[in-house]
Amino acid sequence: MKKELIELRVNGRTQELAVEPNRLLLDALRQELNLTGVKRGCDDSSCGACSVQVDGVPMLSCTMLAASYQDCEITTVEGISDGAGLAALQKAYGDFGGSQCGYCTPGFMMTVRWLLANNPEPTDGEIRQALSSNLCRCTGYSQMYAAVRAVIEAEKKNRKPELTGAPQR
Amino acid sequence: MSEFSVIGKSIAMVDAAGKTTGAGKYTDDLSVPGMLVAKILHSPYPHALIKHIDTTRARDLDGVAAVVTGEDAPNRYGILPVGHDETALAVGKVRYVGDNVACVAAVTEEIAERALELIEVEYQLLPGYFDPEESMKAERDLIHDNRSNNIEKDYHHVFGDPEKGFAEADYVAEARYLANEVTHAAMEPHCTLASFEMDPHTGKPGRLTVWSSTQVPYYLQHKLALVLELPMSQIRVIKPLVGGGFGGKSEVIPLEIIAAVAARAARAPVKITYTREEVFWAHRGRPRTIIDLKTGVRKDGRITAVACKVIQDGGAYCSYGVVTILYSGALLGALYDIPNIRYDGYRVLTNKPACGAMRGHGTVNVRFAFESQMDEIAVKLALDPAQIRRVNLLKPPMVTVNGLRVLSYGLPECVEQVIRRSGWGERRGNLPRGRGLGMACSHYVSGAANSIIRSEMPHSTVNIKIDRDGGVVVYTGAAEIGQGSDTMTAQIVAEVLGCSLSRVKVIAADTDLTPIDLGSYSSRVTFMAGNAALRAAEDIKSKLAGAAAGRMGCAPEEAVFADDRVWNRRALMDEIPVSSDSEAAARGRVEGQILRGSVLQTRQEQAAKASMSFEEAVVAAIDLHGGLTGTGSYAPPLEARGGRHKGAGVGPSPAYSYAAQVAEVSVDEDTGEVRVHKIWAAHDCGRALNPVAVEGQVIGSVWMGLGQALQEEVVWKDGLLMNPGLLEYRSPSSVESPEIECIIVESVDPEGPFGAKEAGEGSLAATIPAISNAIYDAVGVRLREAPFTPERILAALRTKRGQKKVDMTEGIDPEIPEKFREHGGAVCFRGKGPGRHPDDPARKAVSAGGAR
Repeated sequence: MKKELIELRVNGRTQELAVEPNRLLLDALRQELNLTGVKRGCDDSSCGACSVQVDGVPMLSCTMLAASYQDCEITTVEGISDGAGLAALQKAYGDFGGSQCGYCTPGFMMTVRWLLANNPEPTDGEIRQALSSNLCRCTGYSQMYAAVRAVIEAEKKNRKPELTGAPQR
Repeated sequence: MSEFSVIGKSIAMVDAAGKTTGAGKYTDDLSVPGMLVAKILHSPYPHALIKHIDTTRARDLDGVAAVVTGEDAPNRYGILPVGHDETALAVGKVRYVGDNVACVAAVTEEIAERALELIEVEYQLLPGYFDPEESMKAERDLIHDNRSNNIEKDYHHVFGDPEKGFAEADYVAEARYLANEVTHAAMEPHCTLASFEMDPHTGKPGRLTVWSSTQVPYYLQHKLALVLELPMSQIRVIKPLVGGGFGGKSEVIPLEIIAAVAARAARAPVKITYTREEVFWAHRGRPRTIIDLKTGVRKDGRITAVACKVIQDGGAYCSYGVVTILYSGALLGALYDIPNIRYDGYRVLTNKPACGAMRGHGTVNVRFAFESQMDEIAVKLALDPAQIRRVNLLKPPMVTVNGLRVLSYGLPECVEQVIRRSGWGERRGNLPRGRGLGMACSHYVSGAANSIIRSEMPHSTVNIKIDRDGGVVVYTGAAEIGQGSDTMTAQIVAEVLGCSLSRVKVIAADTDLTPIDLGSYSSRVTFMAGNAALRAAEDIKSKLAGAAAGRMGCAPEEAVFADDRVWNRRALMDEIPVSSDSEAAARGRVEGQILRGSVLQTRQEQAAKASMSFEEAVVAAIDLHGGLTGTGSYAPPLEARGGRHKGAGVGPSPAYSYAAQVAEVSVDEDTGEVRVHKIWAAHDCGRALNPVAVEGQVIGSVWMGLGQALQEEVVWKDGLLMNPGLLEYRSPSSVESPEIECIIVESVDPEGPFGAKEAGEGSLAATIPAISNAIYDAVGVRLREAPFTPERILAALRTKRGQKKVDMTEGIDPEIPEKFREHGGAVCFRGKGPGRHPDDPARKAVSAGGAR
C-alpha cells in the first residue's frame, strides 16, 4: 500500500508523517513519532493499554486509523506532565503503588485524566466504573483507587499531594 | 520511632516516574538501526510429523532477509537440565497447535506475514492427546519418544507412616478436586530484539546482544549459548523494563531463541513481538490439575495423615514441569504440622502448549484442595474452621517430616488478625441467606534453596562502587519485573550505608555489567538478592569505616553511619565535644575544598572530628584504597537445603511466608453468580521493607487468585485454544474486583535481609479455597472444580435440589468432578465447538477412544 502524507497534532505539536492509509494510530504514534508510552497489549481492543485522548476523550489507538484523526487534538502519556514536573496524577500513581510493572499505566493515565476532567469529585463507584475500561494484571486496582482519591483530595485543597504520602490504612 | 531510616517506609518505586510518564522503555519500545521484523509460522495441528518444508517462495519475496527452520538451530534446550526437549523451531515434529515451525525476518511486518503464507509445510498427522488420564494410557505415537506413557515424570514419596496415621484417625475425608488451567496474561506481550556484531577477525557474526522481556537474564544467556554454540561471554542479555511476568517470562520462551537464530541468518538485528494469541500459545501457565486428596484427623481436628495424588496436564514440553509436580507434594509440608504424608505425583504430556511456572508455582491447586478439605472436615466434626487450623499449627524452629526447615512462622498471628478484622466470630453463621464467610491459609518459599542448575555458585551476587562525590552505584543481576526489586536493592544499600536513597543508583539485569543472579522467580529476590546487597553494602561500609575512623581518631567499629554522615559513636554519646571547625568543614563543599588543598583545610581535615559527611568519608576511603568497591553474595545455608530423598531438592527454602484469608461472598441462587464483597488478607512477609510495595504484592496475589477462583480458565477444543484473547480470557476488571484489605504481619526472619521474606506469591493460594469455603457457608454447595463459574454453581445448586442437571457442565456435578471436560464451565463456548481440520485424526482418535 502506498504511503501518503498526513498531519497529526499530538501533545500540542503538529507533525507531518508519511503513513499507509491502513496504518493504525497506535503504530503511527509508536513507530513514526517514537511516542512509545502508548502500549500495545491485546490486539483486540480489550485491554486499554493503547488508550490516547482524542479531543479529551480516551480512545483505543489500536482500533483507529491514523489518517482519520488529522483534525483532532491527540494527547498521549508523554504530553500530560505538569510543566517540567510530574502531574499530580503521575506522582500519586508512584506514591500509592498504582503502577507496578507499569505497562498498563499510560492507558490508565488517559482514563483517569478524562474522569477527573469531567467529574472532579467522583464517587468510589464512579471511579471503579471508569477504570473498568482498562486492564491491569499486577495491582488488583486497589492502590490505583488510593492514588486517584489522593489526587482528588489534593485538587480539593488545591495543592499537590504530600511528597512522601503513604496509603491510608 | 523506627530503628531504621530508609526501610520500613512506604516509598515510590525508584523507577516509578519512567512508568507514569511513558519515558521508561520496554523491549518493544526499542529499535536499532537496520532492524528487521520477524514473524513465526505456527503449527495448525496438535500432533504431526513434518515431512517437508519448502521455503523457496518465501525467500524469493522482495523484502525478506531470511527464513529459518528447525534445521538452522537443532540443539535441544529447556529450563531444567532434566527437560531439554525443546528446539528453537520444530525439528521433524510439531506437538501443539501453535508450535513453532519457521520464522521469516523481513523489512516490515506486512512482508514477513505475506512470506509466512508462502511457506509450504507437509504434515503427517498423528493422534493427539488432550486429557492427561487418557494420555497416560498411550503406548504409541508418543509425544516425546523417550517418555513412555507420555509421563514426563512421576514421584512417589512416603514420609512418616501414612497407614498408621490413617488407622489412628477418627475421621477420614476423601475427595477428588479439579483446578482448570490458567495463564499469566501479563499486560506486556513477550518481545525480543537480537543483534549480532560482526567479528573483525573472522568476518562472521560474533558477539550477540539480546534485549528481552525476561525474568531470568542469566538463564537466557545460558540457553542461548547452548543453542547457538557460542561461549556465554560472547552473549550479552539486557532486560529493559518488563511489563509483568508472574512466571510467564521465568524461562526461555521460544521467541527469545528464534530471534537470535533469525538475526544470525539475516545478518541484521531482528525483533520479534508476540501477538496476544501467540502469548497464549507460549503459555507456561498453571496446569490443569487433578487432586485426589485424603486426610485423616482426630476428633479435635488434629491431622494424623495425608495422602495426595496429583495429575498435572503439562502440555507438550517439560518446561518447569518436574519442579511443578515436586512443589505440589513438597509444599503439603511447612504450613501445618502433618506427621505422615504419602504423595504420588504425575506430570503428564499432552498436545497443548507447555505449562510452566505461574505465581504460587505448584502449590496453588493442591492448596485449593487441601484447604477445602479442611473446611469439609471442620463441618463434619462441627469445629470452627479457624479452630481446626489452630490445632494443626507448626511449632518452629523445626524441620518438617518432609525435610523443610521452618524458622520464622507468622501464621498464628495471620489467622488471629483476619478473624479479628473480618468479625469472623460474631458474623459467621449470622449473615443473611446467600451470604457467607470462608477461611483459608497458604504459604510459599522465599526462593528455592537449591538452584535449577546444581552447583556451589552463590544464588545472588551484588557489586557496589562509590564514586568520589558520594554517588553509590549498585550492580545486581536481579530482574525488576514490576515487583520492586530495584527499589528493594536501593533501600537496603541506603539503609546499611546510612545515606539518602537519592544517592543510590541501581544498574540491574545486564549480563555484561551485573554479576550473576538467578533471576526473578520462586519469590527469591528480596531474600537472596537482598541479602547479597546487604553483604555488599557491609563490605564497602567496612572500607569507609576504616578510612573515616582514621580521620575521626576512633576505632572503625565506632564509626556510625546515619543521616548521610559518618559519626564517631562516642561523640554521639556526648563523650567528646563536637568541634565547630570540623562541623564547618563538614558542612562545606568537601570535594572542592580538598581539590583546592589549602593548608588550613588539610589541617582541618586531618584534625580529629566528631563526624564527617558521607562525601568526606568516601574521599578518605578512595584516598586510602585507590577505588571504592564492595561485593557480597548469598547462598542458602546447608541446613535449609532439604532431605536426601529423590526430588528433595524442590520445596526447601531458607524461609517461608505465611498467609491467612477470610472471604465474604454472596451467591445469587437463581443465576449462580458469585459476588465477592471483601477479602481480608494477612500476610507474614518477615519484615516489610517497603509497606506500600508489600501491600501491592499481597493485594495483587489475592486478586489473581480471585480471577482463578471465579472466572479465568483456558478453554480447549481438540487441542485448539478457544479463548486466546483478553476479551475471552476473562481477567477481572475493576468492577469485578472486590475490596482487599491487606494486613501485614512481621515475623522478622532470622536470616532474611533485615528480617524480610517473600511477599509476592504466598497469598495467592489461599484465595481460591477461601472463596469456595465462603460459597459453602453461603449456600451449602461444595465446589470441587475451579473456577466457580455461574454454570458450575448453578449445576451444583440444581443437583442439591434434585433438579435436572445443567448441560453447560456436560451433566457433570462440580461437587463430584470425575475428569476434565474441554469446555465444561466457561460461558463462551457452549456445545461442541467449531469444526476444524476435517482430516485431523486427533478428533477421531479422541471420540474413538471413548473420551467423551
